[in-house]
Amino acid sequence: MIGLQMEIIIIAMLVAISCAIPGVFLVLRKMSMTSDAISHAILPGIAIGFIVTQTINSPLLIVLAAVMGVITVALTEAVTNTKLVKEDTATGLVFPALFSIGVILISKNAGNIHIDTDSVLLGEIAFAPFDRLMINEIDIGPKSLWVLGATILLNFLFVWIFFKELKLSTFDANLAATFGFVPVLLNYLLMSLVSVTIVGAFESVGVILVIALMIAPAATAYLLTNNLKTMIWLSLLFGVIASLSGYWIARWLDASIAGVMATMCGIIFFLVSLFAPANGLIANIKRRRRQKVEFAQMTLAMHIYNHSSETENLEERMKGKLIYHLGWNQPFIEKIVRRSVNSGIIVVDNDLISLTEKGRGFAEAANMLISSKYHPGFERLRNEFSVFTEN
Amino acid sequence: MNFIADILTDYTIQTIVMGTGVLGLVSGLMGTWAILRRQSLLGDAVAHASLPGIALAFMISGVKNPLYFFVGAAIAGWIATAWISSINQNTRIKSDTALAIVLAVFFGFGMVLITFIQRMPNANQAGLESFLFGQAATLLRQDVVTMAIIAAVTFVLVSLLWKEFKLLAFDPQFAQTIGFNIKVLDILLNTLIVLAIVLGLQSVGVVLMSALLIAPAAAARQWTNKLGVMALLAAIFGLLSGLIGTGISAAVANLSTGPVIILVSVFIVIISFLFAPKRGLVAQYFLTRKNKKRIVKETMLVNLFEICRQHDDPQHLHSVNILKPLPGYNKATMDKLSEEGLIQLTGRKQWCLTDKGISSARRILRNGGES
Repeated sequence: MIGLQMEIIIIAMLVAISCAIPGVFLVLRKMSMTSDAISHAILPGIAIGFIVTQTINSPLLIVLAAVMGVITVALTEAVTNTKLVKEDTATGLVFPALFSIGVILISKNAGNIHIDTDSVLLGEIAFAPFDRLMINEIDIGPKSLWVLGATILLNFLFVWIFFKELKLSTFDANLAATFGFVPVLLNYLLMSLVSVTIVGAFESVGVILVIALMIAPAATAYLLTNNLKTMIWLSLLFGVIASLSGYWIARWLDASIAGVMATMCGIIFFLVSLFAPANGLIANIKRRRRQKVEFAQMTLAMHIYNHSSETENLEERMKGKLIYHLGWNQPFIEKIVRRSVNSGIIVVDNDLISLTEKGRGFAEAANMLISSKYHPGFERLRNEFSVFTEN
Repeated sequence: MNFIADILTDYTIQTIVMGTGVLGLVSGLMGTWAILRRQSLLGDAVAHASLPGIALAFMISGVKNPLYFFVGAAIAGWIATAWISSINQNTRIKSDTALAIVLAVFFGFGMVLITFIQRMPNANQAGLESFLFGQAATLLRQDVVTMAIIAAVTFVLVSLLWKEFKLLAFDPQFAQTIGFNIKVLDILLNTLIVLAIVLGLQSVGVVLMSALLIAPAAAARQWTNKLGVMALLAAIFGLLSGLIGTGISAAVANLSTGPVIILVSVFIVIISFLFAPKRGLVAQYFLTRKNKKRIVKETMLVNLFEICRQHDDPQHLHSVNILKPLPGYNKATMDKLSEEGLIQLTGRKQWCLTDKGISSARRILRNGGES
């Protein structure tokens, strides 16, 4: 016995770890909502298992629930294949139907015995340590510790054995099929794994919060890396951070542990989606704004270049007239002209804009970049002319 | 029969039936748009995400007033929708992942708030728990009035903006080109869908409401290709689901209304999938079989025609035996062709094409089928 609190923390971490691995592949395969469907649809499996065995501790419940998960995926696919509705509608019809059957089965049969839909929906991790696993009357720890441990082992083994098959079928299913990897079979294996993982985790966190632990850490990791292995490790890390911080905050607030864990998953995702260096919201906005300025500088240079041979009517090159010829507003024109002067591609003499030697080269390169497929590449343009530095 | 008598007399049952009926109408109507805009799962996310809104409404107001719950749920659902589209537009995360995250995280946050409420001194929070699976029995007459008002506003707005919404659903680029403000229209339509979902939380529950949104519309889609007819049918199917579902759950003890209403609506979907004319699976099966037969018949006729062409006299009698190696040959097909007067079979197992058969074969060859 290692202390109740420690056991809860360990269970919380194990739930996060078991969910993170299948989550990565769900996110990458654009199947995140499948976890939602499966997690709802396992309910009738649990209900039937309970009706048959009259106990909630039988392994039969887990097996039936996992089977239900796979049935859900197959049924959704079958409905989609009728082409009567789109895939998302099929998903949205199949799992509520199965879930409804589960709710009715439980409320009609379970009555006063301690299985109720609320606990399936919400889970209660704080009670998990009280459900002990006994072998020969010896207490060997909470049952969920063993169930989760086994799930994690299964997940790791699956990913370790099928890593390259999973990778290829995730990113290029057609090529995988050409190599004879049978992506359909692999997909069903993965879905079975998702089902088993959800079944293993729902007792602690419930069928809805398990979605948060499965999808959010993986999505957070996806914002930070393009490498599959790194993504798996990062999502494990985020999952563990969410579960640990969730546990302590929940204790501090005296609130639902699973609920706070899910909330933490959301907060971590939100923060990373704002601040991720390459793919975050702020980085994206900054990049768009910078690209707008860069493109405007190229446009200005090309505009002046195109009209530099004109000697009679110089209106096109007058700074004061740019507002008519380029359609920009005046502050933006001032900004672009100032930047272009600072980077030494144009000179303004008495409101008349002319290209410098460097500016001519820049305009020619920019023209190539836009009009020809044999362009020098944006990076080279940026390095060679150092026009786009912040100034 | 007892039940029908009850509806006519019992005030409570009248209220519930009216409530679920109104709900079915609105969700059928708005589900039509959700399906056409491929937003079926958005409803699921919004419904789950409304839980913290309901909880916050209770925490702030301290009373169990469905009107506050409507407002709270609608605001939460609306924030969830906004967050989902922001994730879609501004990060590399795909929409399914955004839906799953927002759904589960909001729901989790709602659970946290509910644990707070359970510790509040005035926690008659049993009302909150019924939002999970819905309990239509908790509907009061004034709730139904509120629902009816929201429903009426929805109906008026949808009919006023009918052609704008139609264009937005089928060709948003075109709508933008001809000068509609599709951003505003998009937000308005989404808000109406969110309202329809929120309307159902009390009787169907956050977990299952999305299905009541899309099931009637998915069923209606099978019977027609016209948007107006589809919306009307969807509203009728929604109404039926609400009424029948409430009826069954009232007649049988210990049944939440939500799951029963959903199963009724899914039953209507299954019936529609199977028996709708043209699109239905049964109709498709017979159509396929008919086409298959026609193709076999036409192929045979063309083959016979090719044989005849090798002979100077088109009406020359050929032996049936020479047909046996042909891939599609069987006696039934020959009999059918003879029955239709396309070939002539003689007693001594010989055949020749009739004039009608020759012109028919020519037509098939020219048009590539469809005689």
